[in-house]
Amino acid sequence: MEIIEHYLYTKEHEWINIEENVGTVGITEYAQSSLGDITFADLPSVDKEVEQFEQLLSVESVKAASDIYAPISGRIIEVNDELTEDPGLINKHSYDKGWIVKIEISDMDETSNLLTGDEYRSYLETLERDDHQETEE
Amino acid sequence: MLATIGVKSVDDLFVDIKPQHAPKSFDLPVGLSEYEVMRKLTRLALKNSNELIPFIGGGYYDHYVPVACQALISRGEFYTAYTPYQPECAQGTLQALFEFQSSICALTDMDVANASVYEGGTALYEAMMMAIRITGRKKIVMDSGVSPIYRKLIKSYTHNLSFEFVETDVLHGQTDRVAIAKLLDKKTAAVILQNPNFFGTIDDHADIVEKAHAVGALVIESVYPIALGLLKTPGAMGVDIVTGEGQSLGLSLSFGGPYLGFMATRKKFIRQMPGRIVGETVDAQGRRCFVNTLQAREQHIRREKATSNICTNVALCATQAAIFMSLLGKSGLKTMAQLNLDKAEFARQEFSKIKGVEVKRSSPTFNEFTLALSKDANDVIEAMIKHGFAAGFPLGRYYKGMEKYLLVAVTEKRTKEEIMAYAKALAEVLK
Amino acid sequence: MKLIFEKSKPGRLGFQQPVSDVPVKATLPQKYVRQKEAALPEMSELDVVRHFTQLSQRNFSVDANFYPLGSCTMKYNPKFTEKVAALAGFAELHPLLPQLRSGEKYVQGALEVLYETEQWLCEITGMKAFTMQPLAGAHGELTGVMLIAAYHKAKGNKKKFIIIPDSSHGTNPASAAVAGYDIVSVPSNKEGGMDIVKLKAVLTDECAGLMITSPDTHGVFNSHITEIAELVHAVDGIMYYDGANLNATMGRCRPGDVGFDVVHLNLHKTFATPHGGGGPGAGPVGVGAKLENFLPISRVSKCVDGFFALKYDYQDSIGYIASFYGAFGVILKAYAYMLLLGKDGLKATSDHAVLNANYLMSRLKGVYRVAFDRICMHDCVFSADRQAERGVHAIDIAKFLIDRKIHPPTVYFPLTVKEAIMIEPTETESKETMDVFVEAMLEADALSQKDPEQFHSFPKTMPISRPDETKAAREMKVNFFAQNE
Repeated sequence: MEIIEHYLYTKEHEWINIEENVGTVGITEYAQSSLGDITFADLPSVDKEVEQFEQLLSVESVKAASDIYAPISGRIIEVNDELTEDPGLINKHSYDKGWIVKIEISDMDETSNLLTGDEYRSYLETLERDDHQETEE
Repeated sequence: MLATIGVKSVDDLFVDIKPQHAPKSFDLPVGLSEYEVMRKLTRLALKNSNELIPFIGGGYYDHYVPVACQALISRGEFYTAYTPYQPECAQGTLQALFEFQSSICALTDMDVANASVYEGGTALYEAMMMAIRITGRKKIVMDSGVSPIYRKLIKSYTHNLSFEFVETDVLHGQTDRVAIAKLLDKKTAAVILQNPNFFGTIDDHADIVEKAHAVGALVIESVYPIALGLLKTPGAMGVDIVTGEGQSLGLSLSFGGPYLGFMATRKKFIRQMPGRIVGETVDAQGRRCFVNTLQAREQHIRREKATSNICTNVALCATQAAIFMSLLGKSGLKTMAQLNLDKAEFARQEFSKIKGVEVKRSSPTFNEFTLALSKDANDVIEAMIKHGFAAGFPLGRYYKGMEKYLLVAVTEKRTKEEIMAYAKALAEVLK
Repeated sequence: MKLIFEKSKPGRLGFQQPVSDVPVKATLPQKYVRQKEAALPEMSELDVVRHFTQLSQRNFSVDANFYPLGSCTMKYNPKFTEKVAALAGFAELHPLLPQLRSGEKYVQGALEVLYETEQWLCEITGMKAFTMQPLAGAHGELTGVMLIAAYHKAKGNKKKFIIIPDSSHGTNPASAAVAGYDIVSVPSNKEGGMDIVKLKAVLTDECAGLMITSPDTHGVFNSHITEIAELVHAVDGIMYYDGANLNATMGRCRPGDVGFDVVHLNLHKTFATPHGGGGPGAGPVGVGAKLENFLPISRVSKCVDGFFALKYDYQDSIGYIASFYGAFGVILKAYAYMLLLGKDGLKATSDHAVLNANYLMSRLKGVYRVAFDRICMHDCVFSADRQAERGVHAIDIAKFLIDRKIHPPTVYFPLTVKEAIMIEPTETESKETMDVFVEAMLEADALSQKDPEQFHSFPKTMPISRPDETKAAREMKVNFFAQNE
């Protein structure tokens, strides 16, 4: 599963790429593949203030609806309008063209609540292990 | 079979039901043969009166249903199927529902329709909830020309929720524009209207739509589908959500159900619309086909976060309406609407000649109109029953101060003779 | 197949309206008139008949196919009930008639049907009274939760949430949420029943009630049900019985006797009314003494002289939840069905439903992993996880069955079981029919070992195969005219 080293992650499978005080947010390769083909992203409005780990938006696939949480607190300064026409970008390019929102970060210290690329990779491994055990039962 | 399972008796299969769970009573009659049940129920059916000539409407009408409609819907392939979970073996139901949605859109001039909800009343409730979700507001302005049956239902549903309801009076039979304009503000989620309204009056709500949109409120209109054969469409008025009772589209009156609620809206609101929606797609080989779509809004996926708790709908009734609309067709529906209009107009003219009758009409009506009588409407109805007529609905039941008002419906099924006989009886009753 | 709109030819007519016999041709002011005729199809009657007949032939149905859709109870719908509902004395009855003064006299037969059906349902479930108004199972659930809310409001109870097991239908949490409650989900234990320890952990004074399906969607009757009811009642919570699966226990257990306060039934399941391709159904709600005062109005009462009347005078009633008295045509069919079966027939129905489900479970369990290895009730749940490891998922097995002209079981529900295949044969199927199904299931498994790739091309014999649902959801073509403008 692809993971970009310099991004930060959440256990809910969001990623954030921080440049200066702006974080670009999307969902991980793992998240997009477990959701399946995304058919709709219910994009939030620009200027909305969000809190860390609060619900940011929901995305829909044919068989599921899933909430996506804000990895960090701040103000939404941009949403990826291209997703309105082509929500499949999240599937095809989850780490770049499939970005969802840009947040102007209000508290940089909150990054300590996020996982590094390495930590996220180990977290995924624990998930896969649990998953395997369940089917063994 | 017991041996395959590995038990000795059927009772062994019920081991989880312990003695303390046993029924305290199960005292029911013994079963009957099919013939005996038929006989019993035929007798019960005869206890209901069919002799009364119906001049009663109130949103539910005695229209003729072409026999082909009933014949087609009686095919076991339609009525013994279930929700199209597996599209490959349910294309019949799915395509019929897609055609239903399309016909409803054509009738109302709206972009999208769902595959039906339970009935006209719950459709209006769902539309109101939709408007509340879309606008994030909680104030509802409701014209009291909207069916009192629907208004009572909506109030029961929302009794425990913190919505603000304001009702406006009817002015000269139509929506009171001034009253509504005063109530419209940035807190208003929706204005709820009906056309024709409960008094049978028709209206053009375009001006109200404009004012509502100016403050960011939506307009919901409940319609009578047969009237739309002639009347200006909600789509042309700019209405945001259209609902209606589809009983008149080929369903029998059947003492209140099963009926058919329909809902149509603008494309941008489709995700907030509850109920099943059928969409077109292609299969693995590129062949056009139909599936239940946008299911991620629904309860079986979203559970408590769903747009509504609605599960299935009334697919068979929707199919029935689709067949009815196909049989009548473009010109047939218009002809039927014109017939209703003509007969009602004739009846109105005849009844207005009767001493003790004043026809309340400052605005045009469709196939239902209000008579102001010189006597209590209940008394008149009771006396008219003796003459063999279900003479109409007493408006005093729902509207204070209207005890002498009678709501009379005249569909295409009423003959000139029946109308004249009604007039004669009414003259006698009011003497 | 072409859409009916694509077959339309200008000027054709499928139904001839009568010529007007009144000497009036009315016109409306232009501003009230539609500018363009509605673009409904223009077809001859034969063309309409053929179109819809051909459409019907693209459906599987109980009349033509084995339809073991788990939790939906696709039993045979006796033909004669259709004729009953079509009797003019019922079909042509206007719902406002009894609301006219002395009008009740003219609907005595219909009111008797409503009254008698209520009596039957009370005796079958052990409840005190029923409202026949709810128009579907989910509508019944909403009504039931509204009754719960009214009860707590009247007592001044501050309640916040409803407890629902994770195996429930999605309508349970959705209905409770619509009525204004939060949802607390409780996981099932390994036997498939509700985990009592976990229930105790979440059961506080703020619990308004517990909604539970019995037997549940795992096909399990919870032997601890009376204990659960005591726990819930101890915090003045209401026990809600989702009657989706009553078909398994008629004559063997009544919800009213084991602590339930409110129930909804699905007449289209247990009482054999047709499913109609997805409705109309009917979801009457029954209550014990605690909740009776809150029932919706109107209610049918029987006077001493045997006259049936509609009563509205119940001060604590939650009001109106349907425009009239329920899906009368559906209720009528259920009543006819109950009269036909009677006491012994109803019990036999449940016995045979459970026997059939256990037979199927026994025949399949070596090959498919059974989710809960124990005697089941009306349905049995398997997991296709073994097959999935070979690349053949529950959905692929479903598509395989379609080619055998068998309607697939429910797949991917309940959500608690991976690769779930939920099978409910119902009592109306013969051993021979079930054996054909078993053979097909065994062949599917054998093929999954030999040639799993083949599954992706199933079904092969239908007019369409594997529709692209993603495309449908992304493009949202739901109206023929919008895409053809």
